[in-house]
Amino acid sequence: MSLAVSGSRHLQALLGSLGRLSRSPLATLLTLLVIALALALPAALRLLVTNAQAATGNFANAIELSVYLKSDVPLAKGKQLAAAAQQRADVAQVQLISAEQGLEDFRRYSGFGDALAALKENPLPNMLHVRPRPEYTSSAALEALRHYFTAWPEVDLVEVDSQWVMRFNAILDVLRQLLLIAAALLGAGVLAVVGNTIRLEIAGRRAEIEVTKLVGGSNSFVRRPFLYTGVLYGLGGALLAWGIVALAIAVLDESVANLARLYGSRYVLTGPSLEEVGVLLGAGVVLGWLGAWLSATRHLRSIEPRG
Amino acid sequence: MIIFDRVSKRYANGREALNNVSFNVHNGEMVFLTGRSGAGKSTVLKLIALLERPTRGNVLVNGRNTHTLRPRHIPAFRRHIGVVFQDHKLLPDRPVFDNVALPLAVAATPLREIDKRVRAALDQVGLLGKERLLPLELSVGEQQRVGIARAVVSKPALLIADEPTGNLDPDLSREVMRLFRRFQDVGVTVVVATHDLQLVHEFGQRVLALEAGQLLGGAADTLPSVVATR
Repeated sequence: MSLAVSGSRHLQALLGSLGRLSRSPLATLLTLLVIALALALPAALRLLVTNAQAATGNFANAIELSVYLKSDVPLAKGKQLAAAAQQRADVAQVQLISAEQGLEDFRRYSGFGDALAALKENPLPNMLHVRPRPEYTSSAALEALRHYFTAWPEVDLVEVDSQWVMRFNAILDVLRQLLLIAAALLGAGVLAVVGNTIRLEIAGRRAEIEVTKLVGGSNSFVRRPFLYTGVLYGLGGALLAWGIVALAIAVLDESVANLARLYGSRYVLTGPSLEEVGVLLGAGVVLGWLGAWLSATRHLRSIEPRG
Repeated sequence: MIIFDRVSKRYANGREALNNVSFNVHNGEMVFLTGRSGAGKSTVLKLIALLERPTRGNVLVNGRNTHTLRPRHIPAFRRHIGVVFQDHKLLPDRPVFDNVALPLAVAATPLREIDKRVRAALDQVGLLGKERLLPLELSVGEQQRVGIARAVVSKPALLIADEPTGNLDPDLSREVMRLFRRFQDVGVTVVVATHDLQLVHEFGQRVLALEAGQLLGGAADTLPSVVATR
């Protein structure tokens, strides 16, 4: 079969499927709506995660490890340690704060200046302020970094500031996993919906399938229009899901902006990126095709012409 | 073209439709298959078109043993056989053109070629100009001719027909039979199952007479064949 011929065959099958779908608009619309809702839910969850992350993105910079060195560790050794830590891929910046500098800061900012003057010697140790790179601020990554510093013999104590940021990140991790589970379950739902719709359509066109097989139509020829129908359902459902998500964002936009204003932020909701829309549409097409393929392969085999 | 070698067919419900039937149909021959309903005429045709497989014995069509044909090769096998049914099995929601074009469409024929050959086939059965009509807008005789056009559009070497005149009055029946003989004239092997003995005598081709699943008069070659009186 030449490419042009097979191309025109596919075009015919595609137009035929489109025509049949448009001939029963209500049934088609209902099926599309079910598929759209199944796809919109994980898409919305994904947006929730990305927006929560973006809204709190500057918190990553607030995460800091305070590494307190033992009081007998000299400043020179502290400099060496700071240089070594700076080499790590997950560390953005290391700042060495000498004991004198620490005392000076404390005197200036705490208001206990007079009381501190009564001290005979500086009670503060040398310390390092370690700021991790933003992409290493998950609770697991921070824990790894803490372990790294705790292992040093010169280190007395490591404090991870902003414990709540870690908790927040852990919640985001849970949401992300929830998203995967929801996507898998609802994807299976789309397969079932498309498969069942195709099964009904095959039952309705039984006579036509029998005649086609009778005149020598192969299984793949008979299956082709159903695969196109499945792809159209998947693509249509995904487009509708995109619309639903966009609508939800438009509705929520103002109240989220209000909320952000109360927190002194100018955060606005971000919609799906081009890439995310691509994934959504791609998932719709693949699920529609697969659901149709599974159903058609299974049910077409049982239809044989009886003469 | 067709060889039945000691063929028996028993259906799943236990009915024995054919019992030890042997006959040949030669290339370019036109043969009538006669007998009462239930005698096994339809079963013979179904075995030829591979709609059924024999319980015992071998069926050879066009040099191929249907017994050894794999399921995935059946579609290509069927494309070499034109089949006409009593109820013509047209798709009621498709225009005449689409119905006739179906065997070409499944064989991936280029669109321009399809257009040409569908018109040629409709011209042969005298229905040129009715491409856009739906089957139900045609008379019964015309519907049957659409079915014949569909059977011959891919120029098969073998044409089989199951009671093609069952629903037609004598004049229309004669017209349809003449059509079949015209295909035989251009080299097509034709097997027509019918219970219309008068028509059979009128057309005077070789007759395979079935009764209760057996061929009357034994082997086909010993059958008295009526001399054609065209």
